[in-house]
Formats: sequence, C-alpha cells, structure tokens
Amino acid sequence: MTSLPSGASRRSVWRGLLPVLLAALLAAGAVGLAEPAGAQAAAEQGAAAEAPAQGKAKPDPGAPKLQRSDYPNLGVSSRNVVWILAQMHLFFGALVLAVPIFVLVIELIGFKTGDDRYDDMAHEFMKVSLTAYAITALFGGTLALALFLFYPQFMGYLMRVFGSQVLVYAVLFFLESLFLYVYYYGWDALRYGNRKWVHLTLGLMLNAVGTTLLVVANSWTTFMMAPSGVDPASGAVTGSIWEIMKGPLWNPLNLHRFLANIAFGGAVVGAYAAFKFLAARTAAEKAHYDWMGYTSNFTAILAFLPLPFAGYWMMAEVYAYSQQMGILAMGGILAWLFVIQAVLICTILLAGNYYLWTGMSRTEGGARYRWLIKYIAVILVLGFLVWVTPHNVIYTGAEIARLGGGNHPVLGPLGIMPAKNIAVFLMLIYTFLSFQLYRRADKEITVAWRDWGNALMIAIYIVASANVIFAGVYYGYFTNTVYKVGSSVIQVMSTVVVIVAGVVIDTLMFKGAKTLPVYWGKVSERSQYALFALPIAFTWLMALMGYIRSSVRTHWHVYTVMKDNSPDNFIPPLATVGNVVTGVTLLFLAFLLFIFWIANLSGTKQVPPEPAGALAAREAAA
Amino acid sequence: MKALLRPLLFSFALILAFASVTYVLPQMRGEAPEEKEVKLGELTVDGYAALGEELYAGKGTCTLCHNQLGRAPDMLAYDAVKVAAERIADPRYKGKAKEAESYLRESMVEPSAYVVKGFGKKGTDDTESPMPAVHQPPIQLSDVEIGAIIAYLQKKDGHPVTVALPKEAPAAEKKAATAAAPAPAQTAEAAIAKFGCAACHSVLGTQSPLGPSLADVGKRLSVEQIRTSIVDPKAVIAQGFPPIMPEFPNMTLTELDLLVRFLAQQKGAVK
Repeated sequence: MTSLPSGASRRSVWRGLLPVLLAALLAAGAVGLAEPAGAQAAAEQGAAAEAPAQGKAKPDPGAPKLQRSDYPNLGVSSRNVVWILAQMHLFFGALVLAVPIFVLVIELIGFKTGDDRYDDMAHEFMKVSLTAYAITALFGGTLALALFLFYPQFMGYLMRVFGSQVLVYAVLFFLESLFLYVYYYGWDALRYGNRKWVHLTLGLMLNAVGTTLLVVANSWTTFMMAPSGVDPASGAVTGSIWEIMKGPLWNPLNLHRFLANIAFGGAVVGAYAAFKFLAARTAAEKAHYDWMGYTSNFTAILAFLPLPFAGYWMMAEVYAYSQQMGILAMGGILAWLFVIQAVLICTILLAGNYYLWTGMSRTEGGARYRWLIKYIAVILVLGFLVWVTPHNVIYTGAEIARLGGGNHPVLGPLGIMPAKNIAVFLMLIYTFLSFQLYRRADKEITVAWRDWGNALMIAIYIVASANVIFAGVYYGYFTNTVYKVGSSVIQVMSTVVVIVAGVVIDTLMFKGAKTLPVYWGKVSERSQYALFALPIAFTWLMALMGYIRSSVRTHWHVYTVMKDNSPDNFIPPLATVGNVVTGVTLLFLAFLLFIFWIANLSGTKQVPPEPAGALAAREAAA
Repeated sequence: MKALLRPLLFSFALILAFASVTYVLPQMRGEAPEEKEVKLGELTVDGYAALGEELYAGKGTCTLCHNQLGRAPDMLAYDAVKVAAERIADPRYKGKAKEAESYLRESMVEPSAYVVKGFGKKGTDDTESPMPAVHQPPIQLSDVEIGAIIAYLQKKDGHPVTVALPKEAPAAEKKAATAAAPAPAQTAEAAIAKFGCAACHSVLGTQSPLGPSLADVGKRLSVEQIRTSIVDPKAVIAQGFPPIMPEFPNMTLTELDLLVRFLAQQKGAVK
C-alpha cells in the first residue's frame, strides 16, 4: 500500500517531483533536438572503420537507390505483413493514448461534483486501457522487427535521418509506462482530498507523455509523405531534426489523429459498456453500464464532429504540398475508396443518432421531441444516398451511347464534391440537432426568454442549412473550378455557427432549468447494438483511411526521395484492400474480446470453498 | 454467452457488409511505372508517338489532371501546337521558347513559365503553376520520354513531329533543352542535303568513295538495318570503309523516316 507524507511535506514532495519529471522529459527531448540530424548521421558514420583518425566524417550518402534484389525475400508479402502489424499497433496505440484523455476529464468531473460514479467509471475505463497497453507494445515491437527484417535499407535510412530522436521515443515510452501504471494502480490510494490532485497530475503527465509519443511517431509518417530537412535530389540530411519533423503535413496529421483517437477510444469503451449492459443481471448494473455507454457515445460523437474539419485541413495541406498527390487520393485510383468511406461515416452517424434517439426514452421529457426524429432520419438517409453516389461507373459502350456521355444525367452531378459537401454538412448539422434534443430531453427550461431563445435556435438551423445548400449549389455548379473549394469555407462556418450557437444558447437557457428524472438502464437492448456498430465502423474506417494516407506515396518509400522497388510497390485492387482491412478489423475484434474478458475476469471473485465436513454438518443440522 | 453471441454475429455481419462494398467497386491495380528500354533501331515516328501516348496516361500521370474534369487544361481536347503559338505570343508568357516543340518541352520542365488563367496555385494570381516539373521526382521523365510526349502531342493533330532523334535510353537523365531546334527537312532529298550524306556516300546521282554507296542500299540492307546504321553508325561498320560516319543528334524522327523510306527504295546496280 502506498502512502504519502501529509500536509506541507506532501506538497513539497510533489513540488520536488514535478521539476524532476519535467527535467527528464526536456533532457530526453534535448538529445534529439539540440543536435542537427545531419551531424548526428555523420557522427554515427564517423565511428565506422573508414573514418579517418582526425575525426572527419563521411558525407551523408543520402537515400539508398534500391533494386528489387535488394529486398529480402522471405516467402511472404512483406507489405502485407508490415501492413497488418502496423495497423494492429495503430489500433491499440490509438486506444491507449485516447482513453486516458477522457478518463482524466471524467475523473476531474467526479472530483469536482463529488459523485463517486464518475470516479468508478473512469477507473473501469482505465482497466480496459491497461490491458490494451501491453498488446500495443507487443505489436509495436513485432512491427519494428518486421520492418528491419523486410526493409533493412529503408529502415537504415530512416534511422540515419531521425537519429537519436528514436531514443527520445524510447525514453517517452518508458515514461508512459511509468505514469500509466502509477496512475492505474494508485487510483484507490490517491482517491480523496489533496491526494486526488496528485492522482490528477499523474493523469495529466500520462497524457502529456502520450500525446508527445503520438506527435513524435507522426513525424516519421509525415516525413515519408512529404519529406523536409533533406536534400530533394539525394535525400541526404541537410536540416536539424526539428526541420525534419515539422514537415507540411505534421500538424494536420497530429490534430486529425488526436481527435480520431478520442472518437475511436470512446467508441471502443462504449462497446465494452454495451457488452456489460447486455450481460448485467441487476437493475443497478444495467443503470451503471447504460450510463457508461452513454458517456462513451457522447465522447465518441463529440470528438467525431470536428473530425471532418481536421480532415479538410489535412487534405488542403496535401494539395498545397503536391496537387498530384491530392488528386491521386481524391480523384485518381484511390478515389473509389472514398465511396466506402462514405458508407462507414454514414454508418457512424446513423448509429450515433439512433443511440441518441432511443436514449430519449430514459426520460419523460424525451417524448416532446420524438416527432422531429423522422425528419432528421430523412435528412441523414438522403445525405447518405448522395454521399455514396459515385461520379461515374464503368459503363459498356451501349450504355454510354444511351446516356449520351460518361456520366448519368441525374446521378452524375450528385457524384461530385459540391453535392457531397452539402450532404456531409447537413448530416453534421442535424446530428448536432439530435445531440441538442437529447440534452434538452431531461430538462424543463424556465427562463423568461425561452420562446425567443428557441426561435433564435430554429432560425440559426434554417439559415445554416440554406447557406450550406446555396454555397454548394452556386459555387459547385455555376462557377469556375477554382471557386469550388471556396464554397466549403461557407459550409464549414455555417456548421460551426450551429454547433457553437447551440452550445451557448442551451447553456444560457439551462440556467435554473428544472431537471426531469432520468431512468438509467431503462433503454432498449436494441439501442446497445448502435454501440457495437460504432467501434466496428470506426475500426474499419481507421484502417481504410490509414491505407489511403499511406498509399498516396505510390511507389515511394519516402516520397520523391527514396523509391520503393520492392515486389509490392503497386496499389492493390480494392477487393484486396477490403480483405486486409476486414482481416485486421476481425483480428482487432478478437483481441478486444480478450481485453473485455480480462477486464471482466479481474472483477470476478471465486466463492471460498467450504471447510471439509461443513456440508455434512449442515445436512445433519437440517 | 447469449449476451455476447448476438453482438458478435451483428459485428461480423457489419464487417462483411463493409467488405462487400469493396467487391462491387471497379477493381484496378496501380502499377509502379516501369523504365522501358527504347530500341533505337526500331524507332519510327509512329512508335515514338505511341510511346508518348503511353507515357501521357501512364508514367507521366498527365491524365490525372489534364482531363475533362477541369483540374488542368485538357491537352487532348485542343491542338497543343496551335495553342503553343498563341501562348508564346501572350504578354504573360515568361519563357524562352520560340516554337511549339520548345514550348511544350518548357511547359513540362518549367510549368510556371506560362500558367493558363484559372489554373494557377491559389493566391498566386496565376503566376505559379501547381504542376510538378516532370523531369524531377516523383514523375522523373527522361529527356527521351519528354520528347515522346511532345511527339505524341504534335502527331495527334496531324502536325509534323519535330522532336530530335533520341540518342539514349529513357532511364538516362539529361537536362532538358529549351533551345529552338533547326527547321526539319520536309523531303528525303532535303534531309540528305541537310545532313550532308553525299559528302561520303554515292547518292542522288553524286559520287563519293568515302562510304558505301547508297544507290543500292535497299538491295543490300533491310529497312531495320538501314535505320540502325543511321541511328547508331558504329553498330556495324561496312567492310573496307573507315568508321567515320557521325551521329545526327538533331535528326528528327520524321527526317529519319523519310530517309529510311527513301533509302529502302534505292535498289540500283552496284557501281
């Protein structure tokens, strides 16, 4: 049992510990940041036998130019092995980095409100994350091994480019483990009073280190997509490690992955809650896991709503870096994959909305808004249909002759981005409406300006919807191509205004509102399937979008700098992509079941065996 | 167990539903571009232009943007040679080209020399092109490959192919030239005069003992042998003659075709 000194000495211990941890972090970071990577690479090579005694280092040879025979042939597809391992590592990595973020928020809410339910729920979420952490490390290690085994020269080049930054990553990994274990196992020991602040700080440190790990690893990925800090012709290192890291795609990817991880983590623990809800035997258990599922879904959808904006930023930067790369992703061979993306995102939105609608049955106030659900459903379904409509399909000559061109006269215009933007933004706006209605379902608003507030909110919805449709139609179909992109700015702003205005107006209107009772656990079992659909769709989507992001490099290990001449340097057909993505999703699901089982097992206590003869004695007494 | 079984079945069904979408979509495999070796002895104008057409849609990735979707000017929808003349005359033109071939080459290796209105990078007022220089990564077309695309763009609208005869395999890199090429010969006789064949060979009634006579070359050599001996004079040295025939780096494919066709018909008596 851990114990801390009390009072002033306790505070001083913490004051002492914090600078030490910060210093350790900074020192580790300095290893990679202070020394230019070029000097680093040269220094490493200087250690080689050829280095003259006077210490002159060999010039950086740059990226190796590989022939097919340079790749080890181990009898399996190198790309597929690395693909599967990397994706599994990313799934679990996303989970273990994201869960502590919202766990910390939930823990803080519990601490501030004094409601122990929050604390218990946060602790239970961490139980899931802890098992996942070991699996993340397992896949990470195997992935590193596979990369060195299948792509030794490529990894050698990356090691030269990133140098000791990789050691910083290793140090961060150790710190992450340290904070994670102390945070989890210290939960009950640091539960109340000032000790809770220590625990919360540990959670903060865990998240700080975790997020740093994320951005460091992201820099390797974005370097491969848009290299910086190296000579464009030879790939030789010319800049500092900072210049290498801060490529044009680094921050867009950091933001996108940060948000997506939270949405994914929320969805996964939501499935855990749904599983526990369906298996619950008592009303109290059902109520607890219903509430846990609701909180998870809330987290997942909240993080999911801004994701499209982060995605737009990411693609805008891709286009700015290389129009060719952007067009390859959105309009070339990879473009068909965005039809599947539409199916997946629409599944997420439909499942998220469905869960909110069914959740309104937990409170009597929900009946007031039930009539609106069918209209929201119509918008979502229409949006889904527009989004999945392809611009054109492969027609026969006779079909083209009948159509009078390569595009269908009615469906063709629905296949281009302006139509899809209208669909996406309307779906987001009306998903927020579901969200807003759910939040209002357990409240009786009492402020005097209630009617004006509602009228203002309705007006905002109408104007925003009209804006989204007008901007999409006018800029998308009646102006030059160059102005088409401009329409999305108006659409993004309209959507953001709805969300911000909705939150602000509701916050003001909820002041002094009468709270109606919420009957946790009184929700249909069918609603829990939405909580299973969310992580399945998220997992599939993550694997798919990760594949697209990686594939835009085409036949380059490091785009424009180091060519991929391996036998797997082609873009596979969509069905092959589907097979691998389905395979990793199933594998992830299998591991997830193991995690849920382990988490469940840890809470199971065996009934102590009765002493010998106790049964006979009882029978005799009877 | 029952609580777990149903969600599991539901999850499997959903995963398979997503997977099935990938099966109903078109199946294409995107191959990495391959370096093709051009057999110089087999080069014809048609073959070179066909290589250009292949590169235009393949390794050059031109069709990714230059198509009817409006991402970049659709080169196949108009006469690139005619338009080149208009662009050179445009005050916005910043390049050095004087005629279509140089302009087309320049537009590939230095795309910002002229940016078509409405197709420039955002915020540059059409002064900077978003197009990558095709001789640099990631496209990395060789000089010969760039020439093939020019040949294709010239030929598709019935213009004479003025591209200089390739002298190297496409994989070899060479800085693209933007200087104006000499005016191409329009007839075999003009080509013979332009390249000074009569200085060494007996041809068109002239006599010269320095090289083998061309008056009967059609009888002695096949069409391919004639072509090879012009493209690569050192490949086979005629017995009894010194290896002095030069290479003709500025010979266009049209001129080569004219010469080969003419020489193949020369079947006169040996003198």
